[in-house]
Amino acid sequence: MKFHEYQAKEIIRQYGVATPRGKACFSVDEAVAAAQELGGKTWVVKAQIHAGGRGKGGGVKVARSIEEVKEHASNILGMTLVTHQTGPEGKEVKRLLIEEGADIATELYVGAVVDRGSQRVVMMASSEGGTEIEEVAAKTPELIHKVAVDPMVGLTGAEAEDLARKIGIPDAALGQAVQFFQGLYKAFWEIDASLAEINPLILTSDNQVLALDAKINIDSNALYRHPDFLENYRDYDEEDPDEIEASKYGLSYIALDGNIGCLVNGAGLAMATMDIIKLYGAEPANFLDVGGGATTEQVTEAFKIMLHNKNLRAILVNIFGGILRCDVIAQGLVAGAEEAHLSVPLIVRLEGTNVEQGRKILADSGLSLITATTMADAAEKAVAATRG
Amino acid sequence: MSILINKDSRVITQGITGKTARFHTEHCVAYAFGKDCFVAGVTPKKGGQTVEGLPVFNTVAEAKEKTGANVSVIYVPPPFAAAAIDEAVEAGIELVICITEGIPVRDMILTRHKMKGKPTKLVGPNCPGLITPDEIKIGIMPGYIHKKGSIGVVSRSGTLTYEVVHQLSELGLGQSTCVGLGGDPVNGMKHKDYMQMFNEDPQTEGVVMVGEIGGSDEEDCAAWMKDNMKKPVVGFIAGVTAPPGKRMGHAGAIIAGGKGTAAEKIAAMEDAGVKVTRNPADIGKLMKSTLS
Repeated sequence: MKFHEYQAKEIIRQYGVATPRGKACFSVDEAVAAAQELGGKTWVVKAQIHAGGRGKGGGVKVARSIEEVKEHASNILGMTLVTHQTGPEGKEVKRLLIEEGADIATELYVGAVVDRGSQRVVMMASSEGGTEIEEVAAKTPELIHKVAVDPMVGLTGAEAEDLARKIGIPDAALGQAVQFFQGLYKAFWEIDASLAEINPLILTSDNQVLALDAKINIDSNALYRHPDFLENYRDYDEEDPDEIEASKYGLSYIALDGNIGCLVNGAGLAMATMDIIKLYGAEPANFLDVGGGATTEQVTEAFKIMLHNKNLRAILVNIFGGILRCDVIAQGLVAGAEEAHLSVPLIVRLEGTNVEQGRKILADSGLSLITATTMADAAEKAVAATRG
Repeated sequence: MSILINKDSRVITQGITGKTARFHTEHCVAYAFGKDCFVAGVTPKKGGQTVEGLPVFNTVAEAKEKTGANVSVIYVPPPFAAAAIDEAVEAGIELVICITEGIPVRDMILTRHKMKGKPTKLVGPNCPGLITPDEIKIGIMPGYIHKKGSIGVVSRSGTLTYEVVHQLSELGLGQSTCVGLGGDPVNGMKHKDYMQMFNEDPQTEGVVMVGEIGGSDEEDCAAWMKDNMKKPVVGFIAGVTAPPGKRMGHAGAIIAGGKGTAAEKIAAMEDAGVKVTRNPADIGKLMKSTLS
């Protein structure tokens, strides 16, 4: 699960991480009122969408008067913001963050991730803020400083101070930086984050340390511990409606650009099925893992969701029945295909427990489906079906 | 020979009174020497019951003491699964296999930290388990597709592993041990650990290594294999077509910050002398041609 910038800032402030003052707004009037309430001479109008690169896309503007706040808010609210993370179709802006302007002296970076290698949370900091940290990592890895934090102890004051010194924070701001880093780590740990990035972290000319932007993702396996996040922070507008629909039925679904839909049990086999479609000269329309159950209801919903895709030319079902028997799956496929009124060629490859009974059910169903024996056979037939 | 488990392993099922655990324990008991191998179950406060003919104990320590178990398999629900691993580690179980999917990463960070310096080995979590054909099956894989033989299989996936095993068995290539190491970002043993064991196992003559996008497990294994692997290895990486930034089902299968792509993994494996196929339908055939 992802948070908006304003939500992430709301959370980290509770952990003593300093941010500019600001307010989330859903209309131009609210934006103007927020700016007046904040006071001061400059404000920043920031589009709130779940994607980076908002500034470059025109979604972040500085205003030097209330009139300008109004102007920028009118332009940004409702605009389709295209960034390198939204894809070419962009994302409609429905929320704004109005913040007091900050006097930026230096832009830095601090982030936290779960590191698989050390099996710890790693805090990373760099003097190179404001740009993509991946770019910094690729070009000047020596400018990224890391600490793998002991999970029983947390980020110590000494570790935080060391990181702060390494990225050039002056003595006058060290105390604040230590509080900032420790607060960020504590927030990460307690809210079950999988990623937290403050980019840029800024130093003002009067040596204040502030989070100018904030990005936080939460480990979805831990959401049961944070029911308030789902209730207060989840923004369905930012999620793909098909993915939401799929998750209600225990399906893991991701839309892709191709025209052959896939329905597979197991994530690894689902990826391998996508790969073999490409290998045989076509592109997969989606990733879809039906999981360990593959009930009639799940299969029906999976077909329906795939059919939302206007580019769909064929569906390839690849099921390796283990504990889940092929005859049971075949029954589900037949019922699902009828229920969903399948309008594209259906290629089915079943293998595993009771495969003969499963194939017989398919053959006797009267459905005009194409059966395949191996993954290669299935991919070949699916690709041919899109060209027939 | 085999790696990690054989017919002399003595296994307890943690969470045995749950529906999933009961179902899979029944199948494991029915497989090969399962009746001798599976000796007990553990569920807190359910001690004294019997499930699938096995006595249920309140704690792992008690089950171990009464039965001499050295292996544990865990089907405990996600909120309690990491604590179940901790309990098995504390009780001195040699090998813990955690099938549970959906454990919070923070729980696993703490569990792995507590395991440091302890002799217990961990397979998973979020894995199908492991099997030494015709001897013992510990996990949720369909036993009958396996065949005893000399190929080791190590994979991050479940059904994709079954696909590979099926291809091997159809071609007459039996397996020494097949292991699914799981799809979570923070887990127990990695590709490299299993590869080292297969390298030392006299029964194993070749290894199939199946990876997927995300992390650098396959690259780490490749770096080790380059100088140390004595046996032929055939590989496949799932997720060539996966878009960056999207979690492909498994929590660990995500291309993050441009890292963990299939292309990088394939290049590292090929550099280590692994024969990597882009075609998941050809993995068995490639192993066969490599051995002959």
